[in-house]
Amino acid sequence: MSFDLNFIGILIGAIMASSVPLILAASGELITERSGVLNLGVEGMMIIGAISGFALMVVTDNLFFAVIGSMLSGLIISLIFGLLTQSLLTNHVATGLALTIFGIGMSAMIGKNFVGIPGKEFPLLFINLKESIPFLGPIFFGHSIILYFAFGLPFLTNYFLKKTKTGLIIRAVGDSPTSASNQGINVTLVRYSCILYGGAMCGLAGAYLSLIYTPQWIENMTGGRGWIALALVVFATWSPIKVLIGALIFGGITILQLHMQAVGLRIPVQLLSALPYIMTIIVLVVISRDSRKIKLNTPTSLGQIFYKEK
Amino acid sequence: MEVQLIKIEKRNDVSRSIYFLTPVLAIFLTLFGGGIIFYILGFNPIEALKFFFITPISDLYGLSELLVKATPLCLIAIGLSFCFKSNNWNIGAEGQLIFGGIVGGGVALLFYNHDGFYVLPIIILSGAIGGILFAMIPAILKTYFNTNEILVSLMLVYVAKLLLDYLVVGPWSNPEGFNFPETRQFSESARMPILFGGLRIHAGIFITLITVFLTWLILYKTYLGFQIKVSGLSLKTAKYAGYKGKTMIIIVFMISGACAGLAGVGEITGPIGQLHRNISPDYGFTAIIVAFLGRLNPVGIIFASLIVALTYLGAETAQIFLQVPKYTGQVFQGMILFFLLGSDYLLFFKIKFLGLKKNEL
Repeated sequence: MSFDLNFIGILIGAIMASSVPLILAASGELITERSGVLNLGVEGMMIIGAISGFALMVVTDNLFFAVIGSMLSGLIISLIFGLLTQSLLTNHVATGLALTIFGIGMSAMIGKNFVGIPGKEFPLLFINLKESIPFLGPIFFGHSIILYFAFGLPFLTNYFLKKTKTGLIIRAVGDSPTSASNQGINVTLVRYSCILYGGAMCGLAGAYLSLIYTPQWIENMTGGRGWIALALVVFATWSPIKVLIGALIFGGITILQLHMQAVGLRIPVQLLSALPYIMTIIVLVVISRDSRKIKLNTPTSLGQIFYKEK
Repeated sequence: MEVQLIKIEKRNDVSRSIYFLTPVLAIFLTLFGGGIIFYILGFNPIEALKFFFITPISDLYGLSELLVKATPLCLIAIGLSFCFKSNNWNIGAEGQLIFGGIVGGGVALLFYNHDGFYVLPIIILSGAIGGILFAMIPAILKTYFNTNEILVSLMLVYVAKLLLDYLVVGPWSNPEGFNFPETRQFSESARMPILFGGLRIHAGIFITLITVFLTWLILYKTYLGFQIKVSGLSLKTAKYAGYKGKTMIIIVFMISGACAGLAGVGEITGPIGQLHRNISPDYGFTAIIVAFLGRLNPVGIIFASLIVALTYLGAETAQIFLQVPKYTGQVFQGMILFFLLGSDYLLFFKIKFLGLKKNEL
């Protein structure tokens, strides 16, 4: 086996690409959770984004509409979650599960007529630079615009949460909704907005899968990525930059696993495929062992229902 | 001047009749919502709903199939009710079911060509133990490492699925099976007895019914049940009363793991008769809905399991007659849970319609 520098560059590029849906979904969910809402429907919102993006691409033949549409549909489906948890004060865990089950079923219903249709080529930027510069070329160039957006998103999110007034309000709502409410902040409105934002990002993450990563529609194509994204938020102890690092690690495991299969190592394929899930558990254990550290970073009111007497 | 038509007030106490009536309301709303979806898809909604909910159970075979599907759903949901009642979010019952199936199936293959009354009980017991062992992973990680049980139990579902896949493709695959991803057919002594000739309903239903009865006993007649309920209502009170929180977590996970494992072994020794890739159509996940719809109450769960089992049958019938994907069942299952959770609002709040008084106009 020869490991020339360019090959490693291509490998890193592939790892980046496979981490994009995780970064997008986890960054969105991070904002939602920072406002104190635990939405376990990530998988469902992603799969809805994936099918609506793909369907719109087929119907309108326009990738821009497809991407925007996937975000909108993620947003709309998360509105169900918002209505239930914020206005009807339902349990976050159960509602999120319902959203995932509903989303998977709904996507299969919508996607019935889109199975087997080939996808459309998504424009990749700076293709010539990718090929002309060895090693760095395949890392930095030749990606879709969504990848560049995804890699900027954690930094934007970090800035937004730490340096802007809106970010401060979101954190205040997540840490102490009662005091925030007493300060005249509309807790329900803030939480609604964060839920919708999370939905849009999950929709985009799904569209990345069905439009760019594997450009086609397959039932259940998110394959548990939504759940890994949820685990990533805990892994990152609710810090956006660590989400990026975590997503790259998981992307790395996925790509490594594919390459080990291709090389034909004498390890069962299933064990390799199980690696990301087993790794998630191990990482969660390591992170959570220090309960003080988790407590310090967890939005205090995460998953709790807020009700204001009128 | 603003006129208030509706006034929402917080209830002081939860009305018991509304508590058990809202699930019925949720089912009606789901039928309504499903009708709308069918209409949008271009079907006559009444016809489509008839295909979904009435055609499947209009003969004896259909009724038997309903019980075949309700048997594992009810069993898993009963186990989960212990977890949910005590605020432990075990959502990986599907993994525990599969692992129970793997262990039970392994034992069944071990006893291949053995005759004897002892074979089936050993298989069933080992399935339950498999489920318990697999449920112990999130339970121990939660109690000793403070790890989130939702994520761990869920990740383990994928691990169990891949393990099953590895076994049926590799070491356990049928030597005479032309490389199909499946094991041998279990021998007769390893199969659940069929209750009526020509129908698939099997003795597993008795395991479910016995478990329901035991659950009722434990929850309502023992100190353990009382502790579980108190921990669910208020962790602080439970701590103050000196209940051993960690032991409780382990116990409820053991119970739900055992139930899921039993459901798994019931499937492979009952209707399936061997191990292959898809030994469960997501019963472990759907049972979560059953548990909620049944209000975490043993009797409620029996009714809920029948209703949710019907969505499985309905989806199969609709797939044949209306050519909709079998995932349609999940749309209904998701909707039931949405509407159920949503209508819980009526439990805690009173909605008063004030109407317009003449002098306000």
